[in-house]
Amino acid sequence: MSNWQEITPLDSIPVLGSRVVETGTVNIAIFRGKDDNVFAIKDECPHKKGPLSQGIMHGDSVTCPLHNWKISLVSGEALGVDEGCTNTYETKVEDGKVFLSL
Amino acid sequence: MAQNNKQNLVLIGNGMAGMRTVEEILKLEPEKYNITVFGDEPYGNYNRIMLSPVLANEKTLEEVMLNDDAWYKDNGITFEKGKKVTEIHRTKKEVTAEDGTVVPYDKLLIATGSTSFMLPLPGADKYGVIGFRDVKDVDTMIEAAEHYKKAVVIGGGLLGLEAANGLMKQGMDVTVVHIMDTLMERQLDKPAAKMLQKSLEEQGMKFLMTHATEEILGDDRITGLKFNDGSEIEADLLVMAVGIKPNFELAQSAGIHCERGIVVSDTMQTFDPNIYSVGECVQHRGTTYGLVAPLFEQAKVAANHLAELGYGRYEGTVTSTMLKVTGIDLFSAGDFHGDDDTDELLFHDVANGSYKKLVLRDNVIVGACLYGDTIDGTWYFQMMKDGTNISDFRNTILFGQAHLGDAGHGDETRVAAMADDAEICGCNGITKCEIVDTIVEKKLFTLDDVRTHTKASASCGSCTGLVESLLAHTLGGDYSSAPSKKPLCGCTELTHDEVRAGIRKHTLKNHDEVRQTLAWKTEDGCAVCRQATNYYLLCEYPEYNDPESRFINERAHGNIQKDGSYSVVPRMFGGMCTPKDLRAIADVADKFNVPQMKVTGGQRIDMFGIQKEDLPAMWKDLSDAGFVSGHAYGKAMRTCKTCVGDSWCRMGVQDSTGLGIKLEELTWGSWMPHKYKLAVSGCPRNCAEATIKDFGVVCVDSGYELHVGGNGGIKVRVTDFLTKVDTEEEVLEFAGAFAQFYREDAHYLERTAPWIERVGLDKIKAAILDDADNRKVLHERFLVSQKPAQIDPWKKHADGADANQFKSIKIKVEA
Repeated sequence: MSNWQEITPLDSIPVLGSRVVETGTVNIAIFRGKDDNVFAIKDECPHKKGPLSQGIMHGDSVTCPLHNWKISLVSGEALGVDEGCTNTYETKVEDGKVFLSL
Repeated sequence: MAQNNKQNLVLIGNGMAGMRTVEEILKLEPEKYNITVFGDEPYGNYNRIMLSPVLANEKTLEEVMLNDDAWYKDNGITFEKGKKVTEIHRTKKEVTAEDGTVVPYDKLLIATGSTSFMLPLPGADKYGVIGFRDVKDVDTMIEAAEHYKKAVVIGGGLLGLEAANGLMKQGMDVTVVHIMDTLMERQLDKPAAKMLQKSLEEQGMKFLMTHATEEILGDDRITGLKFNDGSEIEADLLVMAVGIKPNFELAQSAGIHCERGIVVSDTMQTFDPNIYSVGECVQHRGTTYGLVAPLFEQAKVAANHLAELGYGRYEGTVTSTMLKVTGIDLFSAGDFHGDDDTDELLFHDVANGSYKKLVLRDNVIVGACLYGDTIDGTWYFQMMKDGTNISDFRNTILFGQAHLGDAGHGDETRVAAMADDAEICGCNGITKCEIVDTIVEKKLFTLDDVRTHTKASASCGSCTGLVESLLAHTLGGDYSSAPSKKPLCGCTELTHDEVRAGIRKHTLKNHDEVRQTLAWKTEDGCAVCRQATNYYLLCEYPEYNDPESRFINERAHGNIQKDGSYSVVPRMFGGMCTPKDLRAIADVADKFNVPQMKVTGGQRIDMFGIQKEDLPAMWKDLSDAGFVSGHAYGKAMRTCKTCVGDSWCRMGVQDSTGLGIKLEELTWGSWMPHKYKLAVSGCPRNCAEATIKDFGVVCVDSGYELHVGGNGGIKVRVTDFLTKVDTEEEVLEFAGAFAQFYREDAHYLERTAPWIERVGLDKIKAAILDDADNRKVLHERFLVSQKPAQIDPWKKHADGADANQFKSIKIKVEA
């Protein structure tokens, strides 16, 4: 059962940029791609828990600011030869508002 | 069903070059082709350059396999193992194998490699006479070693010596017969060749120099050789290693244009547009290659065109040679003989077995020949390929890069001699044996591969030379290191300089225009090229800024720490401060519960452990107290360090603090290719350490000495003396002009020290010392760039700019 929760207007996230959502139990990074597709991923790199929200986004992945691991925003998996995975969350955009499935 | 939409790609030749091309295609366009591979050997794809270690009992055949049968299956490739293609039918577009197998193609890739050149001697068809080219030859040699004693190798070149070394390791008594009077005459000059021969003789190898074989003796099996001077030698095994010849008969019989190899264009296309060719069978711009590095470059280009991307171009490879016989280090590249127009630099230590020769033309390296101590081979080779003018360090270049100030590794110059647990990469704690094991296990070939898999040399890069040497040492044979041209990142084929030139030429105004006009492979680029491009754009257009293409430190104007918190460093001009300043900082630290403070090496105060959301409020307080950002987080001008100077010091001869403040006021806020530091010392005792800064001033009684290109970081480098000036005004003009020239000329992430070593001090002198008008113009451009740069980013954000970045969205999750 999806529990869609309204998060923020799409415009409050810069293109190829991110915002951090705090739920009280977990921090989630939400990214906005070039085509206004929105990704949500646990704000914690599988390597050394770097805040992925602070990384540089490209395509559907993000480069962690601490040690340059590349993480897929779709699967949460580390790309290239690095190995590790973090949680991702479903998102949708309706009427210019971003929703997150928790 | 999906197969119907795919085209057929047929590869003839299951060797390294062909399979590398297939692997590259699978990376680029995995769904484009049905791929069929013909290989006439009954094995998968193996690493041919590792055959010498297999023969020397250092590796097993399994260890040098690159792709086993399962790999072909997993990748949907039809592998026609052990089948030799006998005909290419170009009008029907199909190939036929010996056993009658017929496969149609849309695109054909010929990678038939080369074979040993067998001397047409009487008796060359006897048992026990072989070449040294494939697994079969190695098997024959190993088998012979079990039953026979005496081996002869004809050919004192690279391959011959490796074969001889291997046979010796197999327990045979080996004699090398060479027609010339010195070994490896195509790679070594006489002194180096003599040293090599002596070391090999010490290991037990025998030599018959200037001997030409006339006849091979024996009935069915070889029993000996007869030379043209009438003398004879016993032999149970003869390995001919006198050279290789490209295999192009198949292509030629199909009417494809061949000369000494299959002739290809810069796109690796043969004269038939549907047929490509790579590897040792091709002739490109009149040259045939027998080394690995060119093959990989060719494979990349061929794959690029077979994937129909259409922009790769092979422009030839400058190759170098290393012989990998245990205990022997030699390196050679380019024209090591020289001619009437060249100079020779020579270092010869007979007792220590070390020989180095560089051949220079107009102060540019055109050839190198090293024996014994080869650690700097890759460095010399890089400068040779870059055409670096070495006049600035000509008198020390033979002592190697370590002598230029690589404090990290000292005397440990011979990777072969290093212990297995020796730490190579100090940043990531990677040892020699970890690197070697990974190279072998994961079958790596390039420096980039090693970086990706081990992280060695991926951080600060100071061990790059060591890692390259290890790679060369592990791969052995004819491995040749860096590609001839280094792209900025994986998103483009262009170099830093080409990207920059493209931005200028086409007046590209933003990231999208750069990526579109310059044909990037990725839509958004990656973390590497986005940051570089952002810098190049803002250097052209000082107002330009794309925060999402900046590293987080420059976006958040703080230095991200390992726990995700930030540090805050307010600027203290020239390191000077007042009780009021210190009180204001203390109040801020109290108010925001700063857990730790530190006085930095740049003469200011660092506050650690700040949460991102607190940054704007903290900056507001600091800004109200008169502080601006210290840019301690940026690829930017950092600090100007000073000593107290003549206001207090009994030795001081000028007002170093006053000048330091003026310099910092001029340059603060400036974005640079890398971090950039200044210092002013009040007298030649140099307490401010000005001679290890990017721009350093040492005051003397009669004026100011200006020094540039120093570095106290990874590699300590003392500055080069630029000039001496009389007044503070001149110091400031030189400071601005030098900074601007660096900003406009250096690569992103290249500090002044490596930049000056790359381009040469002469270029800098020509731009800002010899040409006073140009100096003024550069200084003027620097001032223009400083206008937007000196709007304090902290104040901007404290006043509310980009506030969302610092505010997280807090939500409640209903259970």
